[in-house]
Amino acid sequence: MGEVICEPPNNKLDTFTGTLYWRDNKYPLDNGKMLLRGCVLRNTEWCFGMVIFAGPQTKLMQNCGRTTFKRTSIDKLMNTLVLWIFAFLICMGVILAIGNTIWESQIGINFQVFLQGNESHSSPVFSGFLTFWSYIIILNTVVPISLYVSVEVLRLGHSYFINWDQRMFCRQADTAAQARTTTLNEELGQVEFIFSDKTGTLTQNIMVFRKCSINAKTYGDVYDEFDQKVEITEKTASVDFSFNPLCDRGFKFHDGSLVEAVKLEEPVVQDFFRLLALCHTVMPEEKSEGHLVYQAQSPDEGALVTAARNFGFVLCTRTPETITLCEMGQVVTYQLLAILDFNNVRKRMSVIVRNPKGQIKLYSKGADTVIFERLDSSCHDLMYTTSEHLSEFAGEGLRTLALAYKDLDESYFEVWTKKLLFVSTEIENRDDNLAVLYEEIEQDLKLLGATAIEDKLQEGVPETITCLNLADIKIWVLTGDKLETAMNIGYSCNMLRDDMNEVFVLSGHTLLEVQQQLRSAKEHILGLSRVSSTGDADTDDSVFEETIIAEYALVINGHSLAHALEPQLEHILLDLACLCKTVICCRVTPMQKAQVVELVKRHKRAVTLAIGDGANDVSMIKTAHIGVGISGQEGMQAVLASDYSFAQFRYLQRLLLVHGRWSYFRMCNFLCYFFYKNFAFTLVHFWYGFFCGFSAQTVYDQWFITLFNIIYTSLPVLAMGLFDQDVNEQNSLCYPSLYRLGQQNLLFNKRQFFLCALKGMSTSFLLFFVPCGAFAVMVREDGSHFSDRQAFAVTIATSLVFVVTVQIGLDTHYWTAVNQLFIWGSLIVYFAILFAMQSNGMFGLFPSSFSFVGTARNCLREKSVWLVILLTTVVCVVPGLAVSFLNADLFPTLTDKVRNLQQSRKKQGPEGQNLRRVRRTSSRRSAYAFSHQQGYGELITSGKNMRRSSVSSAHSPETTQHNSTWIENMLKRTNEVSCISDEGTGDSEGNNTSQTPKQQVTV
Amino acid sequence: MGKVKGKLGPLARRPDNSAFKQQRLPAWSPMLTANTVLPFFYIMALICLLLGVWLLLTVQSTREIKLDYTVGPCDKCHEKRKNVTSAAEDCKCTVEFTIEKRFKGDVFFYYGLKNFHQNLRRYMDSRDDGQMVGRKNNLKNPSSYCKPFVRDQSGLPIAPCGAVANSIFNDSFTLMYHEPSSTPVKVPLLRRGITWYTDKNVKFRNPKMNSSMNLAQVFEGTAKPLYWKKPVYDLDPLDQNNNGFINDDLIIWMREAAFPNFKKLYGVLHRAKKPFTGGLPAGNYSIDISYNFPVQPFQGRKEIVLTTLTWFGGQNHFLPIAYLVTSSLILLIAIALTVVWCKFGKNGKNMEE
Repeated sequence: MGEVICEPPNNKLDTFTGTLYWRDNKYPLDNGKMLLRGCVLRNTEWCFGMVIFAGPQTKLMQNCGRTTFKRTSIDKLMNTLVLWIFAFLICMGVILAIGNTIWESQIGINFQVFLQGNESHSSPVFSGFLTFWSYIIILNTVVPISLYVSVEVLRLGHSYFINWDQRMFCRQADTAAQARTTTLNEELGQVEFIFSDKTGTLTQNIMVFRKCSINAKTYGDVYDEFDQKVEITEKTASVDFSFNPLCDRGFKFHDGSLVEAVKLEEPVVQDFFRLLALCHTVMPEEKSEGHLVYQAQSPDEGALVTAARNFGFVLCTRTPETITLCEMGQVVTYQLLAILDFNNVRKRMSVIVRNPKGQIKLYSKGADTVIFERLDSSCHDLMYTTSEHLSEFAGEGLRTLALAYKDLDESYFEVWTKKLLFVSTEIENRDDNLAVLYEEIEQDLKLLGATAIEDKLQEGVPETITCLNLADIKIWVLTGDKLETAMNIGYSCNMLRDDMNEVFVLSGHTLLEVQQQLRSAKEHILGLSRVSSTGDADTDDSVFEETIIAEYALVINGHSLAHALEPQLEHILLDLACLCKTVICCRVTPMQKAQVVELVKRHKRAVTLAIGDGANDVSMIKTAHIGVGISGQEGMQAVLASDYSFAQFRYLQRLLLVHGRWSYFRMCNFLCYFFYKNFAFTLVHFWYGFFCGFSAQTVYDQWFITLFNIIYTSLPVLAMGLFDQDVNEQNSLCYPSLYRLGQQNLLFNKRQFFLCALKGMSTSFLLFFVPCGAFAVMVREDGSHFSDRQAFAVTIATSLVFVVTVQIGLDTHYWTAVNQLFIWGSLIVYFAILFAMQSNGMFGLFPSSFSFVGTARNCLREKSVWLVILLTTVVCVVPGLAVSFLNADLFPTLTDKVRNLQQSRKKQGPEGQNLRRVRRTSSRRSAYAFSHQQGYGELITSGKNMRRSSVSSAHSPETTQHNSTWIENMLKRTNEVSCISDEGTGDSEGNNTSQTPKQQVTV
Repeated sequence: MGKVKGKLGPLARRPDNSAFKQQRLPAWSPMLTANTVLPFFYIMALICLLLGVWLLLTVQSTREIKLDYTVGPCDKCHEKRKNVTSAAEDCKCTVEFTIEKRFKGDVFFYYGLKNFHQNLRRYMDSRDDGQMVGRKNNLKNPSSYCKPFVRDQSGLPIAPCGAVANSIFNDSFTLMYHEPSSTPVKVPLLRRGITWYTDKNVKFRNPKMNSSMNLAQVFEGTAKPLYWKKPVYDLDPLDQNNNGFINDDLIIWMREAAFPNFKKLYGVLHRAKKPFTGGLPAGNYSIDISYNFPVQPFQGRKEIVLTTLTWFGGQNHFLPIAYLVTSSLILLIAIALTVVWCKFGKNGKNMEE
């Protein structure tokens, strides 16, 4: 019987403590012995294990966060407003009840003789009480019950439009966008913060060998006959690797000259690829004859080894002591003498091999800065040219590595090996001593060249990010990746730029350190802008936030974030983050992702959107107001937790700027109109109360009251809510600033509601008093009296229908055939039902229900009634029309301008508009980034991960992203320093002139 | 709705490329530009102005005379009606007036009531349309809406039931023309055919009767409303066909007024005989009033209105004035908008950025 005693289930991915008791022995269990849920076993078919946590107790599930019921801010506002309306209704009831009490005691008492009321009505106060309830019932139409139903119908419609959108359909994945919830659509038009995962969302997690510089010559660019660089697309002809039977068919390279160079057997080029084929920790696996599969720890390495393979230096097999290559068809076996493993401080890795000729060689690859420092003085010129090439590569957002080699003296190496042996058996300071030893041998290297790998972004990512930035949406990248990788992607996505004033890197390990870094960064920003903005230092930070012209970026490491998220620091973190244009958090756990989202959600009152593709994004997707799942390779967890899902990041642009903006715009217009309509409709009863002794007499026919909201006016406003477009989709995308209206919540807020209500009230006032004035003295053409209640009801009802129809006509920006049908149809239906309800037949069936018989016929035949209707309509509509014209003319919003432009352009004829591809210009910046982890060298030399070795292979729980071992390693090496920040900021001053070509918005 | 059926191949799940689904329905998107709004305002102002002027001119051509007879010559009757004990007693009085200028064309005779709330909810509901349309069942069992005028003390159902019918206006008038030379002539008034066709023929019907019965037999077993002097089948002693529920005065009364001050048609000048063929000639007139309807309890007023009509009804100053005011307001707005537009927003200056 064994027993495990361990910590309770928690969400910390990087620690585990427990003890296994087995046959009277104690075995410590730590994180290195854990396989987390979702890990993939590699290089082994099986392993023994024991389930410690299952189901919701697993660390992954503990990281998932709670599922909360999401509602939009408009929903919440609507609920508040409905409460207000309810209060308003009660107020009206009270006013009318008091009126009734007074009226009953003053006048009604004299009228008793005609009513001979039962005793209950004799007391004015009691009568007032009854009147209160009667009016609550009569005026209840002011509380828009049907609003909720209509809003849901609209949202459903908008969701279908998202599902139906062809431009959000991904051909490759055969996936259309999917709105998984139907309740959040209009919030898509108000997003201020986007939290994005990196791998799988921004990038494809595919590394491609793009370019290289060998011996001061670059390869990889394609030139046309005029010596102009040609943009490489899918169609560009790729090099034929048929000379190499072992090549990987998936590999594409477009520059034929490199193949020529290899075929010519230029020694430097050969050495270059030999290095790539030797210096790595990749495990080759021959699945079948001639079919090699490489198991790479990081995709970067895989890309490099695959490149070497295709250019004729094929890695065939490796054992702990040897590496066998197939060099241009010849099998060559190298003796592997040592692996000088990679780590974040060294930023390089080297191998020492003995080739068949017996020469000992050291091959090294690493960050350019690191390699260049250790070069032999003879390479000075070459270094200079290569570094220029590297800058060029970096400018294109490629990840670079510099390659160098060194011939080793046999005797020197022997001495060194002995030292190595001695050090590696040491217990104290082993790592430090090893580092010193490695440093010793990696000197006077000879430069071979440099490689440039593209971390393939998802399609259209930089454009999308630029566009969303223009829409004032802040994009934060939250990734589990390393700092360098994250920053590199930041650069290639245009989120980080060389012309940024400062890139702050937060990597403190203690609370104090982090606090210090946060403070100084904030002071730096505020200090600068205080100087630049005429020095009124009294204004508070929130004002500053708007006025900061300079661009900053913030990069936070996971362990710093843990401190920064503590209550005493979260405010300063948030302030700082909001001052920066770009925020990148790296090495964050899923729970931290959710915490960051939660932080913004809690304090900024802004709408947040989280987008991700993997299980590690689920918590953030659930926490954010809107969660978007990318249906990619990483399984369905993210999609299942999300509110919207699609196949590619770039569809986000369309989802927000087109669908979201339209949804918001439509919903707001819809709500404004709906409230207006209900107020105009209902308050007429209120005014009538003053004339009918507050007796709760309705103005309209009962049937009209019943049908008004359901039939007469529901469809046109629904059509508007479904189809309206202020600006067409092209312009929505071309002018991202249009999106700001939604972020600032300008189209529907409490003020707008009051204006709508006021408009409705004044309409109801006019609607009542114009016919009232006319009716007091009106008679029919044939002399019969006309001032009766039924004719009055029909006249007001008809006027009302006309007024609200004209109003919806004015509010509709986009008259499709459906709108036309619904608007005109509603009018026709109104008259049809009016005449049907008041027909002889209906009256004959139910005399007391249809007592309005003949009123419409007698009433609408009169010219005077039409004169009244015309007058009422004009009087009700004209002021609103004048105001909206003035607004559009004097203070046109961007929407008005774009609409105007659109109109004039329509006259000129259509014009192709497409977003230009955003290209970064080259600037001097090191683009070293390597998603490699320490520890593999050891693993290989120990032979533990070799298939044939009998040692259990269960030690390599290799998940690409959140492998707990690597995180642990990371945390151990606490002194790592960020590598790009210095260069990036240092270079920026000199390069401010090289502006990134941004999309220009000219309106 | 997401159609997946029928399609195969790599793009099976691709949404349809229809204008509707892609939100590209052809549409008309109008804008409020100066070119459309300003002319609209001017045209609106002009239309309202023309209508207003036309209406005003038309109204000017009408003649109207209003006689409040609540007190004055009828003071005595007014006092008498205050007293409930003398409610049953008849009281007659005469109001005299002079028409300076001839009333040309059709002349309409109205009675008017002020401060009489026919629009109280409980009052308005207190009627049974089923009974009035002649349903036998309702005749004997009036709807409970008629409370408290459903049955009299002896338990007989009241026909017509309800507060509205009960409070029918029961003054009657005889208009006399005092020709200068001869004895007063009774001005002939048409007291029938003054209701809406639908009311007279659809909404109000007497209960069905076979030819052997007379109206009194049909209404047997019902009681007259409390305040009535005559039963419903005996309202018009002169014309048997104007009795029962289809009595014109009853129908007119039953069409409740929307406001507390109202007038209802009493009769139309019968222009068959001289000197009334061209309308009411100028001269002295008197009206013999049978003063029955008490207005004192609710401080009401009673009046008689004699008027001629135009194509849009009687002397209605509200509409022309309202139109003129509206027209001038729209014109003002239009001018203001034009000025603002010329000064600030011309040529879409604000539209540029």
